[in-house]
Amino acid sequence: MITAVRRYAVGILAIAVTVVVFIVPLLFMVLTAVKDRKEAAKLEFTWPTNFQFVENFTQVLSARKFMLVTAFINSTILTVASVTILVVLAAMVAWVLQRRRSRWNGVANFLILSGLIIPPAIVPTIWVLQSIGLFKTLPGLILIEVAFGLSFCVMLFRAFIASIPKELDEAAVIDGCGPVRLFFRVIFPLLRSVIVTVIVVQSVAIFNDFQHPLYFLPGDANATVQLTLFNFQSQFTTNYNLLFMNILLITIPPFVMYLFFNRQIVAGMTAGAVKG
Amino acid sequence: MTLNTAPTPSAVRHLAPAAHTKRRKGSSPYPYWFYLPAAVIYTALFLVPTFASFFFSFTRWNLTEFTFIGLDNFVQFFQEPALLKGLTNTFIYGLVTSSLKVVLGMLLAVLLTSRIIARGYLRSVIFFPVLLSSIGVGIVFTVLMDPRNGMINEALATVGLKGPAWLTDPAWALLSVALVDVWKGVGLATVIYIAGIVSIPQEYFEAAKMDGATSIKSFFNITLPLARPATATVIILSLIGGLRSFDLIWAMTKGGPGFTSDVIASVIYKQYQAGFYGLSTAGNVVLFLIVTAIILPLSTFLNRKEVEQ
Repeated sequence: MITAVRRYAVGILAIAVTVVVFIVPLLFMVLTAVKDRKEAAKLEFTWPTNFQFVENFTQVLSARKFMLVTAFINSTILTVASVTILVVLAAMVAWVLQRRRSRWNGVANFLILSGLIIPPAIVPTIWVLQSIGLFKTLPGLILIEVAFGLSFCVMLFRAFIASIPKELDEAAVIDGCGPVRLFFRVIFPLLRSVIVTVIVVQSVAIFNDFQHPLYFLPGDANATVQLTLFNFQSQFTTNYNLLFMNILLITIPPFVMYLFFNRQIVAGMTAGAVKG
Repeated sequence: MTLNTAPTPSAVRHLAPAAHTKRRKGSSPYPYWFYLPAAVIYTALFLVPTFASFFFSFTRWNLTEFTFIGLDNFVQFFQEPALLKGLTNTFIYGLVTSSLKVVLGMLLAVLLTSRIIARGYLRSVIFFPVLLSSIGVGIVFTVLMDPRNGMINEALATVGLKGPAWLTDPAWALLSVALVDVWKGVGLATVIYIAGIVSIPQEYFEAAKMDGATSIKSFFNITLPLARPATATVIILSLIGGLRSFDLIWAMTKGGPGFTSDVIASVIYKQYQAGFYGLSTAGNVVLFLIVTAIILPLSTFLNRKEVEQ
């Protein structure tokens, strides 16, 4: 009886606290995004008297020659391309690393840990990109995201591959499978669940990335959504409704991901973390 | 680093000769060239810049030509107040964010693994900010923390408290950003702790209860020691993130007012923008040394018990 009361009392208290701490700021963002300019400028947590969703929406999209639309296209290309490359390359590395023991394993493990810990050296990276002609280009940024995301993905894949019985490889080899077919036709399909995890975790991370586009892809022509938002911040200081509409729009993709892949995201982030 | 120790060694040995005859000489089903594409990208864009940074940090540099100036960049880093402030702020920021995440994450995880109502809702809502963009969160909280008509200070005023000026007060700016960082990141710490606590066998708690232990006692004597791997992970992860942190600080204060909330990462960006590439690279080297000097000993220390098992 007492435990039941406590169950509800503590639960309701926790709900109240999370509403104040987490829901109110998020709701404030949504409400401000649909207010008109005057009302938004008051920065108050009130119900909008004048709903302007459509108007704010079109205004944000068309601002600065449809900059946000360009940015969404760029960010989508960036995210899809780098996550695809990451998944294939990281799975290949993880598979050989997990299956074949050699003197390279020590080196590879060391490099993976380094990739997780060491902060990337910014200007020298620009120097390398410039010398191979990829600075300020989308392909350059895609390769950057791949390079910086590899360690984490290899770790996730390797932990999962350890649970696939090696007999499977042996059977495929005896049946005459070469390494490429063995990997892409036999192993890769078995990795499906961890691939989903890697895809959702990495795409949210890359979509939200601000620092690397800022350094390696400056310029309006190929801005990403985070950069555009950052630039709007200084431009829209008097238009909080538009600024918040922008935030709302770029929050939708991660939110949709979270709705559908809640479990995989949490699993990926904790599994990768615990192994580190 | 769990290498596969599946019960296969003997089986593999049986199969190996048979499989070997089928295979062409010298070719393994696990070819090394699978490393190649990843290794090329990783080497070119991560390893080479990392090594190059050590060299270029001793130079004055404009990307095409450089003059060797010895330790001047580092001397400047430790002498100029603006840069030195970034150094100390990095430590403060890392310490504040990671310790708050450890404490709050642990408490929330204990709460969410206990039998209360609405656990699913609580867990989702606490975790969701992890997926938000730092820039978006930064802007929203810049508005909420507005000293004059921001919501936080207005709420404090209704209960008779006078809130600080948050981001515009030099004494509070860094701490304010750190608090927002905790708001955004505590969900990750919580789910890591939940995973750690769930893996503790329930029998321990039952046995302790039989022996008359209070819930506080079993927290300190069972949960805390047995969730040690989770604690290690949370500390290491949030320290790595905290020491390198850039996005949130840049979105909220840009290191201001003055340079009171600068951290090394923002100093690196400012020096890069100003065209001091050598100095910026030296900042990178300093950050590298700090992160490794803190993380490596700490992770060996925190993971010691796990290795002994």
